Amino acid sequence: MAGDLAVWLIILAELLAFGIFFLSFAFARLQDVELFNASQRTLDLRLGGVNTALLITGSWCVVRAIKAVRADACTAGVRWLAAALMCGGGFVAIKIMEYSAKWEAGLDLSTNTFYMFYFLLTGFHFFHVLAAMVFLGILMVKTGQRRYGSNDYHELETGAAFWHMVDLLWIVLFPLIYVMR
Amino acid sequence: MFRFSVNRIWLLLLLATGITYWLGESGQVGHGGIGPVLAIFGMALVKGWWIIEDFMELRHAPALWRRLLIGWLVFVIGMILLAYWLALPDRPLSVS
Repeated sequence: MAGDLAVWLIILAELLAFGIFFLSFAFARLQDVELFNASQRTLDLRLGGVNTALLITGSWCVVRAIKAVRADACTAGVRWLAAALMCGGGFVAIKIMEYSAKWEAGLDLSTNTFYMFYFLLTGFHFFHVLAAMVFLGILMVKTGQRRYGSNDYHELETGAAFWHMVDLLWIVLFPLIYVMR
Repeated sequence: MFRFSVNRIWLLLLLATGITYWLGESGQVGHGGIGPVLAIFGMALVKGWWIIEDFMELRHAPALWRRLLIGWLVFVIGMILLAYWLALPDRPLSVS
C-alpha cells in the first residue's frame, strides 16, 4: 500500500469525523429546508467550482510528482510538487476571499444553522488544506535535496495520501454545501 | 470502475466538476426533482472512486483498505441522498 500505515489510520479517523459532519448537515437540513436553500443561494458557486478544480489539479500534480520521483526525475518531481502547492495556495486565497465577503456581509457562525455548518465544515477542511500544504512543502524541499528517488519514496507517498484525502473530502463537500438544494 | 490514465482521469474529474457547476448554476438542481441531485452525487461518487483507486493508489492495495474507503464514500453519499429524499415535499418512489 502506498504510504505509511499511520497516515492511513489518520485518514480513516478524518473520514469518520467529516462523515459525521456531512451527515449532520444533510439531516439538519431536513428541519428547515427553506432556510438552508435560501442561505445556500448566497454562496458563490463559481468560486466553489474553481476551488474544486484547483484541488483536483493539485492532486493530479502530486500523482505526477510521485511518478517522476519513482523514475529518479527529482527536478520534475519538485516542479510538480510546486505546481500542487500553487493549486493549494489558490484554494486558500479564494477561501479567504469567500470568508471575507461573508464576514463583510455580516454573516458568521451565529447567523443560522446553515452558516454554522458552512463555517465549521469548510473551516475544518480549510485547516486540513493548510496542514497538507505544510507537509507537501517539506516533501518538496526534501525532494529537491534528492532525499527521495526510485529506491525511497515512502515518505512522499505518505504525504500524498493525506493530500488526496483533502481532495476526496472536498469532492463530497462541494455538491453537499454549494449545489444540493 | 473504468480504468484510464491519470491524465485522462484528471480531465474527466474537471469535466464532472464543470457539469456539477452547470447543474447548480442553471437552476436545474432544486427545480427538476431528484434527478439533478442524483446526477451531481453520482458524479461525486465516480470522482471519489477514481481518487481512491487511482490517485491514492488503492486499486491494488489490500482489499480491506480499499473497501473501507470506498465503503465510506458509498455510505456517506447514500445517506446524503436519503436525507435529501426525505426532505422532498412529494417524495418520488414513496410507498404511501
